[in-house]
Amino acid sequence: MIRLEGLTRTFQVGDSLVRALDDVNLEIGAGEYLSIMGPSGSGKSTLLNVLGLLDTPTAGAYWLDGVNTSTMTDDELAQTRQRQIGFVFQSFHLVARMNALENVELPMLLAGTPPAERAERGRLALEGVGLAARRDHRPDQLSGGERQRVAIARAMVMQPKLLLADEPTGNLDTASGAEIIRIVEKLNSEGLTLVVVTHDRQIGERAGRRLRLRDGRVVEDLRREAR
Amino acid sequence: MVFADLLRFTTRSASSHRLRSALTALGIGIGVTAVVLLTSIGEGLHQYVLAQFTQFGTNIIGINPGRSTTFGAATGIFGSVRPLTIDDAEALKRVPFVINTVPVVQGTASVEGGGRERKTNISGVGSEMPVAFSFRVALGEFLPPDDPRAPRPLAVLGAKVRSELFGERNPLGEMIRVGGERYRVIGVMESKGQVLGFDLDDAVYIPAARALELYNRASLFEIDVLYDKAASADEVVRGIERMIIARHGGLDVTITTQQQMLEVLGSVLDVVTFAVAALGGISLLVGGVGIFTIMTIAVRERTAEIGLLRAVGAGRGQVRSIFLGESMLLAGLGGAGGLVAGMLIVAVLGIAIPALPIGFSPPYALAAEVIAVLIGLIAGVLPAQRAAGLDPVEALRTE
Repeated sequence: MIRLEGLTRTFQVGDSLVRALDDVNLEIGAGEYLSIMGPSGSGKSTLLNVLGLLDTPTAGAYWLDGVNTSTMTDDELAQTRQRQIGFVFQSFHLVARMNALENVELPMLLAGTPPAERAERGRLALEGVGLAARRDHRPDQLSGGERQRVAIARAMVMQPKLLLADEPTGNLDTASGAEIIRIVEKLNSEGLTLVVVTHDRQIGERAGRRLRLRDGRVVEDLRREAR
Repeated sequence: MVFADLLRFTTRSASSHRLRSALTALGIGIGVTAVVLLTSIGEGLHQYVLAQFTQFGTNIIGINPGRSTTFGAATGIFGSVRPLTIDDAEALKRVPFVINTVPVVQGTASVEGGGRERKTNISGVGSEMPVAFSFRVALGEFLPPDDPRAPRPLAVLGAKVRSELFGERNPLGEMIRVGGERYRVIGVMESKGQVLGFDLDDAVYIPAARALELYNRASLFEIDVLYDKAASADEVVRGIERMIIARHGGLDVTITTQQQMLEVLGSVLDVVTFAVAALGGISLLVGGVGIFTIMTIAVRERTAEIGLLRAVGAGRGQVRSIFLGESMLLAGLGGAGGLVAGMLIVAVLGIAIPALPIGFSPPYALAAEVIAVLIGLIAGVLPAQRAAGLDPVEALRTE
């Protein structure tokens, strides 16, 4: 599903050139559960952003479903993000003025989905994360765990094939974090490709495939049968 | 993104900062109010002045001696300007479509009557003057259609002269002296009031031929030609030109149609209205600066949201539309509020001070609203462009 070849991403910081990603070669199959770990500055987030088509590599190629993404225009990238990729962020990134349902509807709003269909799919997505009763609550009326569940519902409402989670439990207590992990693992078990960037060893080790990055390079790539 | 959704989205984000949005919109609103008010006054003035001029009728052509379009040497030396005579006025009656002609001689003279004396305007005119200028006689009658070359010494008083000389007494049949000559009063005109500072009531009307004698002049000041409304002014002008050339051996008069005068006057007044509209437009511009400021702040505040929108599939164009839409919405709503406020003030002024010439001008009001929205669009371009150009990764990192 995903193939990275010689992927390099450099940033100019002051006078020095930082290699956030350095010649990364990687294949991710459909339905895999992949965790990415590594110390700060190892390139985890950059890799996730490149996978999510938010960032473009400096060199190398990224094939998503057999399509070379470097040939895509900005609008095509946006379309691909919209239809194929879901994002879950550490800081949730919910829109504060909108209630839970409206936040979930946002991707469909941008896609031009008719309102009736939007409401129905939004409701189902919220139900999927157990928040059907909270759909009229604004983010500031929800707990951290609930906010992240809304974010997951938003990520899943367009039925993507790939879910990218950047420290999804980073701002949550252990119990809420465990609930979030349970939800995304369930989605993975239903066929969703799941990539989780995390600092948390316990969470990272749950993944069927564990990637370790250091200085922009993949230094470890362990596979294990899913538990 | 569907338009209705875009509208709802921008409305929601604008209303999430109620006070701030309201104040921003107010800036534009005040601008539109100013445009509506100023153009209403301009339009009122326009209508007022035109009404003042058209009260004498619109199917009149004025003929003055001398040609104001002459170039080169002064006609005083080589020119062959013939006097415009009462015979000319009589001859012009034969031009096709001409209903009547009125010879006019004007000056001032002292008028004695009823034991008093008054310096007043003397209008030497023909008997058709009231018809041509839609003047009405209040008492008695106007000058009779005597032989225009040797009319009887009869006079008609303006309303003011009558009251000054005779008070409430009936002046009909009384003798007055105009410049020393005796005239018998046969009528009093209805009050016409002032036109652009000229008191029409402070006048005595006597036959044109006698006014020429009084002032010892050979030429009339003007001949006013009243023509059939069904005929075109150009046609009548051509007829007059032919007649003048036949009688004078050349076209030594200036012919001015009422329409030409109205057109010139109208274009002058249009410039006035446009100028005051432009003045109001300056405040619109200031409102536009306010919108630009707020939109710049909004883009900065909502950087994380922009990053999110990009992540969940918004293209650069969509982000741009969202912020452009928001700034146009602010301007549009402010403009609409300003329109309503302006119309209310115009209505209240109209009731409170009926004498104030004020007339609501829909084209200018509409233009003000359109310009307000355009200003919103222009003010939004840079912030929206900045929003669209944000790097999604950078944008998501802020918070």
